[in-house]
Amino acid sequence: MSWITSYPATTFMPIQATEIAKEVDLLYAFLIISSLISFVILIGGMTWFLIKFKRSSVDQKSAYITHNNFAEFLWSFIPLVIMMVIFYWGMVIFEKLRVPPTDIAAEIHVTAEQWAWTYKYANGKEFYSSANDPLVVPSGKATKLILTSKDVIHSFFVPTFRAKQDAVPGRYTQIWFEPTLPGDYIVFCTEYCGTKHSGMMIKIKAIPSEEYAAWYHAESKGADTPADKGKVIFAQRACASCHSIDGSRIVGPTMKGLYGNARKFADGSTAKADDQYLRESILVSTAKIVESYAPAMPLFQGQLTDEEVENLIEYIKTIK
Amino acid sequence: MSSTQTKTTHSHVAHGDNYLNHSSGLWSWLTTKDHKRIGLMYFATVATLFLIGGFFALGIRLHLAKFGSTPLLDPDTYNKFMTFHGAIMVFMVIIPGIPAFLGNFVLPIQLGAKDVAFPRLNLASYYIFVAGALLAASSMYFNQVDTGWTFYTPYSTAKTGNGVILLVMGAFTMGFSSILTGLNFIVTTHKLRAPGMTMDRIPLMIWALYSTSIIQILATPILAITLLLLAMEKTLGVGIFDPDLGGDPVLFQHFFWFYSHPAVYIMILPAMGVISELITAFSKKTIFGYRAIAYSSVAIAAVSFLVWGHHMFVSGQSTFAGIMFSVITMLVGVPTAIKLFNWISTMYRGTVTFEAPMLFALGFMFLFTIGGLTGVFLASTGMDVHFHDTYFVVAHFHYVMVGGTLMALMGGIYYWFPKMFGRMTSDLGGRISWVLIFTGFNVTFFPQFILGAMGMPRRYFDYLPEYTNLNQISTVGSWLIGLGFLVGLITIIHGIVAGEKASANPWGAKTLEWQTASPPPHENFLETPKVTAGPYDFR
Repeated sequence: MSWITSYPATTFMPIQATEIAKEVDLLYAFLIISSLISFVILIGGMTWFLIKFKRSSVDQKSAYITHNNFAEFLWSFIPLVIMMVIFYWGMVIFEKLRVPPTDIAAEIHVTAEQWAWTYKYANGKEFYSSANDPLVVPSGKATKLILTSKDVIHSFFVPTFRAKQDAVPGRYTQIWFEPTLPGDYIVFCTEYCGTKHSGMMIKIKAIPSEEYAAWYHAESKGADTPADKGKVIFAQRACASCHSIDGSRIVGPTMKGLYGNARKFADGSTAKADDQYLRESILVSTAKIVESYAPAMPLFQGQLTDEEVENLIEYIKTIK
Repeated sequence: MSSTQTKTTHSHVAHGDNYLNHSSGLWSWLTTKDHKRIGLMYFATVATLFLIGGFFALGIRLHLAKFGSTPLLDPDTYNKFMTFHGAIMVFMVIIPGIPAFLGNFVLPIQLGAKDVAFPRLNLASYYIFVAGALLAASSMYFNQVDTGWTFYTPYSTAKTGNGVILLVMGAFTMGFSSILTGLNFIVTTHKLRAPGMTMDRIPLMIWALYSTSIIQILATPILAITLLLLAMEKTLGVGIFDPDLGGDPVLFQHFFWFYSHPAVYIMILPAMGVISELITAFSKKTIFGYRAIAYSSVAIAAVSFLVWGHHMFVSGQSTFAGIMFSVITMLVGVPTAIKLFNWISTMYRGTVTFEAPMLFALGFMFLFTIGGLTGVFLASTGMDVHFHDTYFVVAHFHYVMVGGTLMALMGGIYYWFPKMFGRMTSDLGGRISWVLIFTGFNVTFFPQFILGAMGMPRRYFDYLPEYTNLNQISTVGSWLIGLGFLVGLITIIHGIVAGEKASANPWGAKTLEWQTASPPPHENFLETPKVTAGPYDFR
């Protein structure tokens, strides 16, 4: 396999399969160079002193120097400045890694378990890593994965994308990426999860977006989509008696245009209505109360399965 | 410290009476309240545990080299090796190594005290430590643990055997030993200093131990509660961390690192104290920037409580929290850089000699600098996402914990050995041991930075073929380290049995422990020393 070595071997980083990977590697190069310079100053300086000030006779006396305020200021202040630069630079990249763009071409639910991954697409297609199915995504377009786990914590790591996110049981996390070129990219599990931790390896298969569109529709199994199933649950649980789908105000907030929008809460805080927010609000409605509404919704913790919650959220996403 | 500082010299010591022969018999050791004897008992205990932890390390490396056609270990055995290596080395070697062993021996003498403030409590700390170690080790017999030393939930509570309860309760018990030792050191430092020894005249080893003690007292209870909650969840089904019981698994990580990150400084600060002693003694020069080094220890201790989230950048913690933890973590780099520059400036215009303890101190400087600089990579959020839980992290913390703490511990052992046993170790033996450990360490762990950059995750039983060569180099390095420690062990045993008699002050150092006989009398000094100058007054 050439996915590691095809990139200039001097850096030892995997190939750069996303634009962000290039940005990460630029920071990496800066870190390597600034570390080398620091190392040469420190250890080179030390070695020079050791040679120059080696004891040569028994009665030789050392100088008596207790401190030097200017030097001490310099070697406190300069490292501080460099480290703040590295912090800021890292933060800029971190935010790009964490915040997905608004135009997501594929949104896939990825569920980890000991020791396999399941990928479920919005149209109901489902694949299993245990059947050696790759995770198919479009290249040149952004893909967002909504991660969770059935048992212990796992972690979704794509070295060629420089991206990583833990999959935590009982909640959703997300990771996004945009592979620049079609190809196969290895995914590791990087949170220790037991016996076959190192075997939890899958491949992301990025294919051109037209091909992806054809694949996505052609292989559709024709079953109900998660959103369709969610609509049924929405009716069964009588959600509509408090939550309108047309924007009108009933007892609770409307579902119309809810997903992805900013919410303002009774305690003054705000949050974006993402998957994790919806999950929490369905299961434990009292966790965050939307401003001007009363905490009237029953708790569904233990009443709905993980899959039902997932389907409800997929349905809510369609109410625009 | 010139001769005017203390009137006590070894010529006053009654012929041949010292703490080693003050009373005899095994019982006199087991019930001793002498901090020096308790220190040596920690030495023997920690050294034994180190050999066990080292055995697991060599097993891990041998397995990962894939020399044979069939794997050496099966996956579950590998995971248990990895867990016991980590748990033993962290909780039973690196954490107690310098404070409980070297600290116990050195701290009261350096302060000019007869003993620690609470000698009986000090002995109790030792037995609590032994009880905890035995409890933890019993899991090897009853039900081996495979969670890794971090015990992440819900794997530890819902998916693995009950041995984890024993290991966790062992760590819980050893925590009390750590708390009580810290308490003892703080009180001793405040109340039992010799006349004239103001707080700005105490050796930097004491400042380091003092800062460490603060962390031990404040942070260890958090670990105790966390581990207790974990054991309760596992035995009684109380839902704290397991989402199936309504808990939050990430909460465990917050609790765990709230202790375990400060614990990293419990491990490294005492090492920094040892280095300050070694560099001044072998440069025959006063420390450069005493106050900067002393206060930077306290600064590191304070900031260490606010950085735990840097272990959790990809755990599902919010982006904002990650950014805050990143910027605070960067601040730790500043006092660390200050210390490195100060030590190097101490060598400037000194008269440096290169006995074995100094070689270990220089090894510390080299390796800890690499460990520190790579820490900056990991503190930077955007960069850490790639490196998190890869071999880059493994290499980084071994450079800090082994290259830093263990090098300082070895240097400290050779340095204070004449004081402990009244005999010298073979300097040649110490040097050979150093060359092997230093070389072997770099051969073992430098390739792991590259493996990490290439994306190899840690705690992997098996790996892709791309990673084979570097893993094999790393394994060969581990044999050099093993050989180096073997030479060190022989050198130390030879020194105890047949070493040359040591004078009171063989290194020509200035701190108080060198102003009394080697080995010191039962109560350290025949006459309480009077201090009139700073600790490293080589004028």
